[in-house]
Amino acid sequence: MKQWRIIAKEAIARASIIGKFLCLLHVTDAYVLSSNHVVGPSMLPTLNITGDVVLVEHLSHRLGKLGSGDLVLVRSPLDPKKTLTKRIVAMEGDKVTFSLDPTRSHSSRSLVVPKGHVWIQGDNLYVSRDSRHFGPLPYGLIEGKVFMRVWPPSSFGFLGE
Amino acid sequence: MGTPSVLWNITKKCFTVGVITLTVSDLFASIAPVRGASMSPTFNPKTNSLLDSLSDDRVLVEKLCLRNYKFSHGDVIVFSSPNNHKEKYIKRIVGLPGDWVGTIYDVVHIPEGHCWVEGDNSASSLDSRSFGPVPLGLVKGRVTHVLWPPHRVGSVDRKTSQNRVSNS
Repeated sequence: MKQWRIIAKEAIARASIIGKFLCLLHVTDAYVLSSNHVVGPSMLPTLNITGDVVLVEHLSHRLGKLGSGDLVLVRSPLDPKKTLTKRIVAMEGDKVTFSLDPTRSHSSRSLVVPKGHVWIQGDNLYVSRDSRHFGPLPYGLIEGKVFMRVWPPSSFGFLGE
Repeated sequence: MGTPSVLWNITKKCFTVGVITLTVSDLFASIAPVRGASMSPTFNPKTNSLLDSLSDDRVLVEKLCLRNYKFSHGDVIVFSSPNNHKEKYIKRIVGLPGDWVGTIYDVVHIPEGHCWVEGDNSASSLDSRSFGPVPLGLVKGRVTHVLWPPHRVGSVDRKTSQNRVSNS
C-alpha cells in the first residue's frame, strides 16, 4: 500500500512538470515567438512558392510597433481557420491607390484606410488575394510580425524591408 | 542568506501560476466583466451610474469554440471591435455567412467568414448596425454562463428572431 502511494506521488509530480512545460510552451507560442510554414505564390519574390519556414514574433503588434512595410501574419477575414502572410502597405489614416487588375494600369482606385484598420497586399500583385479584394483589414486580425526565415537553410536570415 | 532564495521561490511560484492561468484562459475558459447596458436584460438588467463596476455582471467565456469557429444563430460572443482592437464587445450573433439580415434601411448580405452581431438592447448598443459585418477571426470566445451576481447565476440561452434573417 505504502509503495503504491509513493508511485502515485511520483506520477503526479511528473505529470505536473509536463503540464507546466506545456503551459509554458503555449504561452511562448502565443505571446512571444512561433514558427510558421508559408506556402503559396502570393509573396513572391520575398518568400518562395514551395514553402518557407518563418519565425513570427507576437510582441510588436501588441505594443503597436507595426508600420508599413512590415511582413505580418494575419487571420483571414474570409476564413477564420486560415492565416495569411502579407505585407502592410498602409496604416490607418493613410491614403492608398490600388488597381484590382495590375495588368491594366488605368483601372486604379484610391481610398483612405479607416480607423483601426490596415491595408495589406502580397508582394506578387498578380496572384495575391488581399485588401484589394476584401478591403481594409481590422487590426485585431493581425497575429504577429514575420521577421526571420529559418528554412531552407540557404536563405536563412532576417527578412528586411 | 535566506531572503534571496525565498524571494526567488515566490517569483517562481507567481510565474508558474501566471503561465498556467494564461494558458487556461486562452484555451479553455475565462471570466470577463460586462460593461454597459447594451446586452440588457440578458446582462446588467438595471444600470445605476453609481457603483457601476461593482454591480457589473461577470460571465464565463468558453474558448473551445475557437478551434473550429462553428457558431449558431443566437450565440452570445466576445469579439474585439473592428475599429479598435483593444476594445472587446459582447453581443449576440444574428446572422452567419450567407444570410440576409434586415435592418431599418435595407437588407444586408453577410459575406463569407463574417457574422452580424447585435446587442439585446437595441436602443443603446453599438453593433453591426453601425460597423457592419464582423470577421469571425475577431471572435475571442462564447459566453455560456452568468457567474455574478449570485441571484442570476445560470446559463445564457440562445435567442433567435427568425423573421429578420433569411438564408438563401
